[in-house]
Parts: sequence; structure tokens; C-alpha cells
Amino acid sequence: MTRARRRVLAGLVAAVALGVAACGGSGGEQQAPPSRTLTVSAAASLTDVYGRLKTQFEQADPGTEIRLNFGGSDTLAQQIVQGAPADVLATASTKTMQTAQQAGRIQGQPVTYAANQLQIAVRPGNPKQITGLPSLVGPQVTESVCAPAVPCGAATEAAERAAGVTLDPVSEEQDVRSVLQRVTTGNVDAGLVYVTDVRSADGQVQGIDFPQATAQGAAQSYLIGAVTGSQNADLADSWIRFVTGPQGDVALTQAGFQLK
Amino acid sequence: MSAAGAGPESREGHREPDRTVDGALRTDTADTADTADTADTARTADTARTAGLTARVTTRRGGFTLDVAVQVAPGEVVAVLGPNGSGKSTLLGTLAGLFDPESATVTLADRVLTDTAAGVAVPVHRRRVGLLSQQALLFPHLTARENVAFGPRCAGQGRRAAGTVADRWLAEMGVAELADRRPSELSGGQAQRVAIARALAVEPDLLLLDEPFAALDVDAAPAVRALLRRVVRDSVVGGQTVLLVTHDVLDAVVLADRLVVLADGDVVEQGPTAEVLARPRSGFAARIAGLDLVTGTAGAGGLHASDGTLVSGAASEPLDHGEPAVAVFAPRSVAVHRERPAGSPRNVVPVRLAAMEPQGEVVRLRAGASERGPAWVDGLAADVTPAAIAELGVEPGDELWFAVKATEVAVHPMRRRRR
Amino acid sequence: MTRAVPASPRPRSSRTGSAGHALPWPVWVPAVVGFGLIAVPVAGLVLRADWPNFLSLVTSDAALDALRLSLQTGLTSTALCLLFGTPLALVLARSDLPGLPVFRSIVLLPLVLPPVVGGLTLLFLLGRTGPVGQLLDAWFGITVPFSTAAVVIAQTFVAMPFLVVSLEGALRTAGDRYEAVAATLGASPMTALRRVTLPVVLPGLVSGAVLAFARALGEFGATVAFAGSLQGTTRTLPLLIYLDSQDDLDSAVALSLLLVVVAVVVIVGTRTRDASGVR
Repeated sequence: MTRARRRVLAGLVAAVALGVAACGGSGGEQQAPPSRTLTVSAAASLTDVYGRLKTQFEQADPGTEIRLNFGGSDTLAQQIVQGAPADVLATASTKTMQTAQQAGRIQGQPVTYAANQLQIAVRPGNPKQITGLPSLVGPQVTESVCAPAVPCGAATEAAERAAGVTLDPVSEEQDVRSVLQRVTTGNVDAGLVYVTDVRSADGQVQGIDFPQATAQGAAQSYLIGAVTGSQNADLADSWIRFVTGPQGDVALTQAGFQLK
Repeated sequence: MSAAGAGPESREGHREPDRTVDGALRTDTADTADTADTADTARTADTARTAGLTARVTTRRGGFTLDVAVQVAPGEVVAVLGPNGSGKSTLLGTLAGLFDPESATVTLADRVLTDTAAGVAVPVHRRRVGLLSQQALLFPHLTARENVAFGPRCAGQGRRAAGTVADRWLAEMGVAELADRRPSELSGGQAQRVAIARALAVEPDLLLLDEPFAALDVDAAPAVRALLRRVVRDSVVGGQTVLLVTHDVLDAVVLADRLVVLADGDVVEQGPTAEVLARPRSGFAARIAGLDLVTGTAGAGGLHASDGTLVSGAASEPLDHGEPAVAVFAPRSVAVHRERPAGSPRNVVPVRLAAMEPQGEVVRLRAGASERGPAWVDGLAADVTPAAIAELGVEPGDELWFAVKATEVAVHPMRRRRR
Repeated sequence: MTRAVPASPRPRSSRTGSAGHALPWPVWVPAVVGFGLIAVPVAGLVLRADWPNFLSLVTSDAALDALRLSLQTGLTSTALCLLFGTPLALVLARSDLPGLPVFRSIVLLPLVLPPVVGGLTLLFLLGRTGPVGQLLDAWFGITVPFSTAAVVIAQTFVAMPFLVVSLEGALRTAGDRYEAVAATLGASPMTALRRVTLPVVLPGLVSGAVLAFARALGEFGATVAFAGSLQGTTRTLPLLIYLDSQDDLDSAVALSLLLVVVAVVVIVGTRTRDASGVR
């Protein structure tokens, strides 16, 4: 019993010692730490796509580390206005990018490179036989949408205007993922979300297209720009070119984004 | 219902209604007493034939087994004395219904309150057993009047009627002017008076007093004690049935008709107060009575202590040799010497002075066992004057001799009641 | 309505106290830091506020609806906390049920659980596809989520432990001596509870209710997860504040101050009445 314990202890000590040695060794010669780090503040809806692109980018350029900081576009823009250290800002709306621009925090002209359209998310099989926005109106169908104050809510309002209907949601959520969750948990019959959200739900919901999704203001634009005063301006430029280039296009399309 | 305790004339007007109420209660008790006889006899063979309290309690608590039988006749005040941990509180809790004993029968005024064998356990609030403890425990959110009116209100009286009853009892306790005060605005003595009024206002069949003066100031205790004496023994209630639990002999002397002495869960002594205190047979009773006591067996000319030493004395009644007995003498009859005194007929034992306790006019010297003598001297007391102390020049740890004349020593038979 | 507070001497002075009872100085430094940690951000809120437009911001339709809803649901859930939490505290403090410590830790769970998790558990239970929600929907046609009732349930869920903890503490401090005395005076258990136990612990009950109300007033996570957010129905002040913080910070700051004022009024109001009610 005691001998066994002693052996375990000895093993632990050895392991720790080795670990320390290994750290020292690797730090010194073998894997040089990334010589440069690029911080990208990106809209939460880009999580999957940017994650994939980060891997590809880092593989192509081993001396580089991409640090991704996801959040609401508005929050990210505010943070950068307040001086948060970031090299690139990627928003999910023109308005939030303008916020950063007006504060003089964006270098040059930001690029609009993708768009996201609304879709009606329903449960698989579409049990309520929803065909478009008008079929959501009325008490027999419950729906959840984004609150008008947040970008997806503004888009929803634009689509409603275009369709000439006024929805009667049971809840106006703070963000689009909450709307999606209402549908996947079966608490509402339908929810207005983006195509990318439907795609990410892995078959738990079904997306119904509707014509007003392309209306003025209904679609969501994705913009990317370099932050003023970045230490890594050239690296920021290569990331922007990468995202807006062919490899970016493939990843974005797979996720359900439309290219601009 | 004597008139001995009649107070100032101004109170007469108040008291009259009390008598009526109380009289009715007593009559009721008396009526049922006969039928209670047979029931009680059947239940416990050796209980007194009364319609007062008859209780027998056996229960394990902490480190000892409580095994007590107590009877209290209607209107009688019985004091249960015992050192801390002797089982007094357990007895009271069982009578009040606050504890569940392992085995007990409690009969009060012809009602079976507890009978563990038959599964009877009348809940506390239907027992008609009042409880007054060290702390007044007045309800802090109620005025003195509301506190006293609480019981009558629970019994179904209207607010106004209960208030009238409360005012009458507060007046009896001499605290009528405090009726509108809250407990936080009362002194300890005042609060305890209100608490007594509150306990009595429900006219309980049995009033339990649990060290009722222990928490009071030295100044306040005598007055409250005297008041309680008047209330429970004299005219106001006309004889409230009371069981008093205390370790203060003064409470018992002042209040009790009879004493029951508990030690380690057993009744070691009981009888009329004066008798027990005059002839204590247990160490505790002797100590509280301020008497010295040596246990042993009766022999020719006195008592043989545990080590065989003869303590010379006169037997209080004819004793068989070898019979368990106790030699009792007063501390003031003990003489203290530096050297072994000459002469006879004296009981002389070596002691080592353990402590000196000033007691008013005298100093009480407390003995400890000396290497030179028997162990049973431990705890014996000798009262001597300060002048004598100065003359002897003693201090604790000194080797001394205690001497007492045989004529000062009484030998009593010791009948330990064991069940 | 007067109350006595047993064994809690009223402070004679709100200042340092007499020289004999001066606090040792090491107490003051962390006390000031702790106070600052709470007070300075609130002061920052005051500085940040858009005062010229303050009144119009806090009297907008959305703001007034949210305030009304917050007060209404907060009071309702406090009432529910009293209704269910008081007996719960009595059971925890007075009964000798086996496994009481386990029950207690379950009751206290909402204190340590992130409110969002609480909201999700409620959603999984009472949502349309949840085991209970399904039955409610099938039998009575009732849908709990997205209703004002859901807000009240979520608030009660997170606020109840505050009342229970506070009241159980008061009950344990008071002990059962008064109840025993009341019983010997002929009070049935119900009478003793009503006329002795509850009045004796009233200060604890009041402060527990105030805590519960304050918690319900500030409740966000469980509400947003379980009840959703819709103006006039489920969008309480904290939900509106969070929503506004996404695009209208001035409004969010103004509403935060409004919430602070409501909370301060409630806390100070009850404290003052508590103290002055003694005499």
C-alpha cells in the first residue's frame, strides 16, 4: 500500500520534472512561438466560418497566430471605439461598422464581402405548413423573432414591411441564437433566423425561404476592416484578403452565407 | 383557602371574582377525586389517592436513567431539589408534555395526560399545565397586558374580557401600572411578575416552576419569591397545585409543603420540607440544608463510616446494627484545632483545609481528605468566627483537626427509595 | 403596526460610536474599499447619464411598461415567496424530518445556480414539449412560457431562497422557547404559529421579503431564458435595459438608474419603517 503510493509519488515527480524540461526545450529551439499575433474581433455568427479559416491561415503561414474574439457586432464596435486592442473588425451590419468608422478607428474603406438572409425556421417536417410571413400571423401559429433593437430584429421589421404584414411574436429575443433555441426546443412553431443559423442547427429545424428576405434592409451585410493603428497592418490586410478570397468564399458558402 | 395572606383592603374587590372561579375549579376537582382513586390505584400501585398530580417517569437522558414517581395533592406545593443534571428539567418537560419519555404515566386532576403504555400523550396546549421558567420569556411583540391576556384569549375569551382578566392579575402581581409596557421596557423582576401573572391567568391545574428566581438579581429575587409564595400558597388562588424545581433551598423553604430530592435520576429523599431539611439523608439535601453528613451503617453508640471509623452520636430512632444510616451535625457545632485536641467524648478527625467561604457572620471551612485520616471527611463544613480564624492563622492546605461532640451528632436511618 | 426587535439593541448613534466602542482601524480600510466597489460604479452611472433627456428616456412607452411589469411581477413573486417560502422555512427550522440538510441544499440551489440555468430548467419542465408543459397544454390549453406568469415563476424560483434563508435564520435565533410557553398557555400549534412565532420573527420575515423582492426586481437570466422578452408581457426593466444596451446606451443607463432608485426606495423604506416601528 505505502510502497505503491510511494511509487505513484515518484512517478508524479518525474512527470513534473520531465514536463518542465520539455517546456524549457521546446521554448528554446524546436517550435518557435508565433512571431506575430493578429487579433480579430468578429461577429458571433462568424464563429464557425472564421474558426475554419483560422486553421487554414495558420497552416499556410506557421509564424502567425490568429486570435479570434467573437461577440455581438455592436459590443465589438463599442469595444474598439473604447480602445480595445484589435487588428481587424468584422461586423454583421453596416451600422455597427459605421460606428467604428465614425470614431476614426477603421483604416481605409471596409469591405462588404458577404450577406446573410432571413429564413423561417420551423420544426422538421413543417407540421404547421408554413409557407411565408403571412402564414405566421394569428394565434394558431406562435413565432419568436429578434427584438427590433438588435440587427436581426431590424432585418425582421424590414421584411415585415416589405410583406405588408405585422407579426405577433410571443417573444422578441436579444439575439438570433435565442430565437433558434425557441424553435429547436419546440416552444414556438416558427422563428425568423438567418440561413446560416438554420444550417448550423444540423437538421433540428427546417428553413423556409420567403420572398421578402432579400428586401431592402432585410438582408444582413458582413463587413470587414482593419483597425487604425494596428501593429500588424500588413498581416491584417492578408487576413482580410484571405477571408474575401477564394478560400473564404468556400467556407462562407458552405455555412450558408451569400457572397457579395 | 385561608385568609392569612389577605393583602391591603384595596385588593379585596379584585380578589372576589378569583375566588369564585377558583372555587368552581376546586369543586370540580373534588367531585372527580373519588372516581380517580380506582383508576390511579390500578395504574400505579404505590401512588397517593389524590386527584392532584400523579406521575411516574422513566427515561434515559444523557448519562443517566431518570426514574421518578411524584405525587402532588391538590393545592399542595412540592419542591423537587437536586443538583444540576439530576433529572429535574427532564421531569418538568415530561409533565408539561415538551419531552417524550420512554415510559411514563402522568395523571392530573383525573385526566390521563401521558400513558406511554396506552399510547396516550395529550398535547401541551390541552394539558392545563402552566410553566414558569428562569427567563420570563414574555412575548416580545406584545405588551404586558397582551402577554397576560394571551392565555385567556386562547381559551376563547373575547379581547375585552381577556384584557380585564389580565389587568386583574397584573394588579395582583403589583405591576398594574406596567400593563402597556413592552417586555424590553421591563426589569427582570418586573418581567418575572408579569410572567407569573400570565401563567396564573389561565388557571392551570398544575403550575410548574423551573428555577423561577435563578435569573433574577439578588435584590429582586426575595420580593418576587415572597409574592409567588403569597400567590400560590395563600388567598389569591386558594391553593394552586405547584411543582417547583430548584437547586436553591430557600425556594423550597419558602414555597414548598414537601420536598422531593433527586440525585442521578433517582428520588433519594422525600417528605415534608421541615422534616427533610432537619434530618437530611442525602449529601445534596444536607448540603443545601447547611448540614454535615456522614453515611455508613448503624452501630453501637453511633455510626460506622465507610472505613469503619465510629462516628459517635445518638440515634434518632431505634436502629438495627448494620442498617444503612447517616450521621448528621451542624457545621457550627464543629470545632477546629491545629493540634489533636485532648479529652472526650468527641469525634475527632484529621482533615486538610480545602476552602474558606465567608458566610455572613462566620467563615465556613470546607474540609478535604487528609493523608492522615479517612476519606469521608471530604466536603465536611465547620463554621467558625473570623476571630477564631485569625487566632488559628489557618489557610487552605493546612492540616487541621475537626472535632464534634457526640451530643451534636444525630444518626438517622437511611431508606433509599429505589425502584 | 408596531414591532419589537428582540435582542437587537437599536443603534444609539449612526456614527463611529463612543470612544469605548471604537472600531479597530483595520476594519475601516477594507470597509471603505468594499463600499467603494459598490458605490463607485453606481456613481459612474450617474455621471454617464444623459440628464437633459433623462425624463423622456424613463417615461417612454417601453420604459413605463417595463417598470409597471417589473413592479407587478416583483410584488406577485414576493407574495408567492411568502406563501410558499414561509412554510418551507418553518419546516427547515422546526421539523425533524430525516434528510433535512439535503432538502435545505436543494432549496438553496437557486442561490448558486446561474439564473439562466434556472430559466432553462423551468423551460424544460414547463415548456411546450416539457413533461409538465405538455400536460398543461393538452389538458387546459395553457402555455406557460412567454407569459407574465412565466416571469413570476422565474422570479419566484430565484428569489425564494433569499426569503427562506433569512426566515430560517430568524426562526433558529428565536428558538422554540416562545412556542413552548404559548403551548403551556393553551395555544394550539396553529395559534402559537400565528400569534407568537410569526410576530416574533417578523423582522426576519420582512427583511427576507425585501431581499426576495429586490432579487425579483433585478432578475434577468431566468426570465429571459424561460419567459422570453415582449414589451408589456414579459419584458421587465432588466430585460429592457439589456436590450437597450445593444443600441441605445443612454436609455439603458437612464433605466438602470430608475431601477437603482426603485431598489433604494424599497430597501430604505422598509428599513426605516422597521426601526421606527419599535416604539
